Amino acid sequence: MTSLPAEWLEKEKDRRILRVEGSAVSDRIYEVLTAACALVVPALVIAIALAIFVAAWPAFSKLGLSIVTTSDWDVRAGHFGAAPAVYGTLVSSAVALIIATPLALGVAVFLSEFSPTWLRQPIGFLVDLLAAIPSVVYGLWGIFVLIPLLREHVMPFLRDTLHLGATPFFRGAAYGPSMLAAGVILAIMALPYISSVSREVLLAVPRSQREAALALGATRWEMIRDAVIPFAKSGIIGGIMLGLGRALGETMAVTLVIGNRLEISPSLFAPGYTMASLIANEFSEATSDLHLSALMAVGAILFLITLIVNAIARWLVWSVSRSQAR
Amino acid sequence: MRTARSRHAVSGLMIGLTYLAAILATLPLILILGHIVAKGASSLSLAFFTHMPKPVGEVGGGMANAIVGTLILIGVASLIGLPIGIGAGLYLAEKRGTPFANTVRFLADVLNGLPSIVIGIFAWELLVRRAGFSAFAGGVALGSMMIPLVTRTTEEMLLVVPTSLREAALALGYARWRTSISIVLRTAMAGIATGVLVAVARIAGETAPLLFTALGNQFWSTSLRQPIAAIPLQIFAYSLSAYDEWHRLAWAGALVLITMVLIISIAARFVTRSRFGAAVD
Repeated sequence: MTSLPAEWLEKEKDRRILRVEGSAVSDRIYEVLTAACALVVPALVIAIALAIFVAAWPAFSKLGLSIVTTSDWDVRAGHFGAAPAVYGTLVSSAVALIIATPLALGVAVFLSEFSPTWLRQPIGFLVDLLAAIPSVVYGLWGIFVLIPLLREHVMPFLRDTLHLGATPFFRGAAYGPSMLAAGVILAIMALPYISSVSREVLLAVPRSQREAALALGATRWEMIRDAVIPFAKSGIIGGIMLGLGRALGETMAVTLVIGNRLEISPSLFAPGYTMASLIANEFSEATSDLHLSALMAVGAILFLITLIVNAIARWLVWSVSRSQAR
Repeated sequence: MRTARSRHAVSGLMIGLTYLAAILATLPLILILGHIVAKGASSLSLAFFTHMPKPVGEVGGGMANAIVGTLILIGVASLIGLPIGIGAGLYLAEKRGTPFANTVRFLADVLNGLPSIVIGIFAWELLVRRAGFSAFAGGVALGSMMIPLVTRTTEEMLLVVPTSLREAALALGYARWRTSISIVLRTAMAGIATGVLVAVARIAGETAPLLFTALGNQFWSTSLRQPIAAIPLQIFAYSLSAYDEWHRLAWAGALVLITMVLIISIAARFVTRSRFGAAVD
């Protein structure tokens, strides 16, 4: 190896020093720029909260809690009781979870435990694709395919064949647009969220957990019930909460199928309303400042509910992944 | 004490039920896609892409303005969402573990879960209340949805890049920012592209944030200051109408929208599978 000329080395050293100093400045600029981008995220959350709560303030101060406790929504008289919309949001989401949770858990267990390897990818992909279908397309399908199906087959079957019409929940005429239709659509929409999170936490359960259960003589189902699911429980609950968050705030599909009537009825066959659809339908035609502010207040409540549900969901999923990292 | 046979019977039954769940869960997708293709394809023609919507009662017409409108809205949203999202993702990946980074990550997840209608009324309050409905406001609403999506996928993709690569670049005298941009970011490029595609697919079909911002437009408009048409808005309006002709157009619109979204989603899958795997090896 030939030695390098001394003066070249000297020059090169200076150049390096310069470059390091120069890069210290550019590093700083880079750091500030990326930090500024990161700062946009909390800024956005604060801006959304501020904008909505400030706009909702006139309604909150004038109407107080009557926005959520009373059921009289009369724009001309200045009555803004959105209780039926709150009720509809909660009930349609509950129906959705009741339908979607067992299905989603079934798929997740199937994919993580029993599926032949060649089926795992395609089925996981098909279920995940449900999350990619735009909400308004679900609504269109809901109006023209799901609702006729419910009206002509499912509702009469539930009411007459299964005699569930004796309970208050499946009573009355089957018009089609209903809380049930909204619940079914929401179930399909929440399914991919619940199943993909559950699948991931199930796959993260250590093999040793399964092997120990089988070695103790458990059947495959007992292994899942007693050794796998308890281990993944909080992650699964997190997934369900994520699905719930989706269902609570879902707008377009629900607006198209729920019937948009501000009434509280125990029957799932009756039309209803949700907070999100109330905003979607009335916001651009709001006639008075108070009307607008009341709709903002409904938005603010929806914001708070989904914020809390999502925060709990993230925390649960995060606590599972953290305990596994240890 | 239950017998071994009954325990195995229960086990077999439950396993069978998970198979059933897998079949039932894939059924809705197949049904929905089947209906859209069947009803949409018969209503789709060249005119759908090149013509403007026609007034009630007239046969034919298309969604040319809505297709262009959707592309413009995606463009504006990407201009806002991509640089900020990728920048924030870089920050989160590099400052992992600091309290600020943890807070940002958590809030990004929370933002991802916010109902899109809430984003819509936020953008209305911010931009529309004073300046009126505009394509720009619609783009801002969609861009706000993109930021947390892109932030999180970028961060996750950057974390897959081996630390040794970063260390090697630093040892060779690369500045930190150059290491991040031309080594780490480039290695994770395919993964980030996937995240970007997924985000675009997600916002392309959004309707609720556009209801009170972009509003929709029956006429041709490409101005950012004017209300603009969008495919999802048009589908919504048409499916609420009482005219068969408009229902036909709604199905055709759904077919176009879903084809767009699915192509982007499937492309996203293949980008990661083919190139990202090779880059990590």
